[in-house]
Amino acid sequence: MPLKKAFTTTIDNVSILDEHGSFDAKLGAPGGKPIIPDDDLVKLYEHMCLCRKYDEVAFKLQRSGRMGTYPENRGQEATSLGAAYALNGDDWLVPCYRENAGLFWRGLPLEFVLLHWMGDERGNAIPEGMCITPLAIPIGTQMLHATGLAWASKYRNEKRLACTFFGDGATSEGDFHEAANFAANLDIPVIFFCQNNGWAISVPTKIQCSAPTIAQRGIAYGMDSIQCDGNDIFAVVYCMKEAAKRARENNRPTFIEAVTYRLGDHTTADDARRYRDAKEVEKWNNRDPMIRLRNYLVQRKLWDDAKQEAAVARAKEAVTAAVKRAEEIASPKTADIFNSMYAELPDDLVIQRETMMTHSLGQHPEELPPTSTQQRTHQQA
Amino acid sequence: MANLTLVQAINLALIQEMEDDDRVIILGEDVGPNGGVFRVTEGLHQRFGSDRVVDTPLAESGIIGSAIGLAMAGLRPIPEIQFEGFLGPAFDQICTHAARMRTRTRGALTVPLTIRVPVGGGIHAPELHSDSPESFYAHQPGLKVVMPASPYDAKGLLISAIRDPDPVIYFEPKRIYRAFREEVPEDEYTIPIGKARVVSEGDDITIVSWGASVVQCMKAIEASDRSIELIDLRTIYPLDIETIEASVKKTGRVVVVHEAPLTAGFGAEIAARVMEHCFLYLEAPVQRVTGFDTIMPYYKLELEYLPEAERIATAIDHVAAY
Repeated sequence: MPLKKAFTTTIDNVSILDEHGSFDAKLGAPGGKPIIPDDDLVKLYEHMCLCRKYDEVAFKLQRSGRMGTYPENRGQEATSLGAAYALNGDDWLVPCYRENAGLFWRGLPLEFVLLHWMGDERGNAIPEGMCITPLAIPIGTQMLHATGLAWASKYRNEKRLACTFFGDGATSEGDFHEAANFAANLDIPVIFFCQNNGWAISVPTKIQCSAPTIAQRGIAYGMDSIQCDGNDIFAVVYCMKEAAKRARENNRPTFIEAVTYRLGDHTTADDARRYRDAKEVEKWNNRDPMIRLRNYLVQRKLWDDAKQEAAVARAKEAVTAAVKRAEEIASPKTADIFNSMYAELPDDLVIQRETMMTHSLGQHPEELPPTSTQQRTHQQA
Repeated sequence: MANLTLVQAINLALIQEMEDDDRVIILGEDVGPNGGVFRVTEGLHQRFGSDRVVDTPLAESGIIGSAIGLAMAGLRPIPEIQFEGFLGPAFDQICTHAARMRTRTRGALTVPLTIRVPVGGGIHAPELHSDSPESFYAHQPGLKVVMPASPYDAKGLLISAIRDPDPVIYFEPKRIYRAFREEVPEDEYTIPIGKARVVSEGDDITIVSWGASVVQCMKAIEASDRSIELIDLRTIYPLDIETIEASVKKTGRVVVVHEAPLTAGFGAEIAARVMEHCFLYLEAPVQRVTGFDTIMPYYKLELEYLPEAERIATAIDHVAAY
């Protein structure tokens, strides 16, 4: 007797505007109504121009010693941008660190990300109401925060969701499993948005996942899962809208695998030539999300060279202004090391802040020996 | 006023805080209909429903990580980790995120979270159900770490922890969950975090301890004819050095008692602070009576490992005779 099938599934792949310029109107404009109206499409493309310029300038800032390590976003603009575009302004965006496009679309001031990589915590002081969590440096841990944030929204019956971003490598982390398992089993409206960019620093996706898709990992938790061309903003928006509907109507999570590619190095501290084939990079350069979108806009007579030139000029101006704001911000005060540690600073920390000393002879400032000049210069009001 | 065990006092505090504030929710393994493996959350699921008393999947990092998200969204989650031995999987979320969120966002996002964790040995429990990891967390800036030693303090400290705007690890010494009863007021009250309690006054020796060891110290003191001042720290971090200092300046002799291993245990911090603050007042080196620098043994030998009253009494004699 043949064995019964306990379970079978398939993973759909969504591609609407492919690298050759072919547009699937059935998915991309059902009933003649495009899922991204033309006006928005132009704005999204312009935003990509801004982010590409931003990346270029940030890279140069690092190379010229004006900024610390920076992870280029180049080539992945369509993913977080499409996601942020498809959400409401009060849905949580829970990024890792390659989601500039989505964060800036939401309204994060451009200088914040620069400040972060310039070693200044003020770059994480997300303005109230923006519903963004700060860049997450450990891999995958932020997914649980998204689960918790969305859980709180469900608890308050707010119909808000959380969308968390992570890479292919992060799906190897235990916290991915725990976040997905919590969300699926407790009916929490989270979107797990995997940017499968092919590489976790030097380790290729096949070492993270030997299954044909990463998306099928979501199936294992009992959540709807889909794969899309991550360099196709239409495909990203399509998947996000479906996922957001599911989250808002039924508190159900979704796993989206957006297949994209990290065109640059992992960070400015990395040299991807050590482990990547130039031909592979070349192939993906041709799949750049900006190329196909620009061609599409030109073909639709929504864009031309003059507009391109003007957009690049505006991007340059905005980025230059952001760099200026980031570089001209007042120096942080030494006391800032302490000031946000707790709502109310414990006495010990007050003394450490006032004396900038950890050795003590009684730990009471008035009983300390006269401070040296060097110590005095470190003291802060 | 009711005569309550430590478990009942915690249960009462949870009920009252949940009634007062619908931002307070409980999550963890078996905290729902089962009422927790120690019955600390008994009756809460029936009373507040499954939206507010949530049985989660079995995953400690998941419990703490999602509680961080709940807290960042403005709720006051109280995650329970079933035993301190299983706090390890959540260490990353606690130290990498909960402890840092306020300072790394310069106050834009905060994590008002109370992590309840049964702690310590002495109940003949299986492996990894008897450890005392408080100094790991006291060492992590951004956290507060408390451990009550009486039903009265348990209620007041828990209410403070729940209302605290920062993450608090609330360790519950399981050996004294039901060891004795105490009058606990029905009304809500708070015990401030960061304030020690002088359990008994004395002039000759100061003993500093916390958690279930406080009870062992009381036994040792009862058996001694010396005048001994016992300080129950109640809060590990932030440390109430003032209460210790005032006592040591009076007595000049100090014994620190804790269940955790000796090396880099929190007793080391207290010894160092006593030296800094009371150097010229000391009549003897600070003595530490602690667990050994070994793995916590299985329960046949746990009382040999734990700093029981007899070992404390020996240390009292040593420090007195120095």
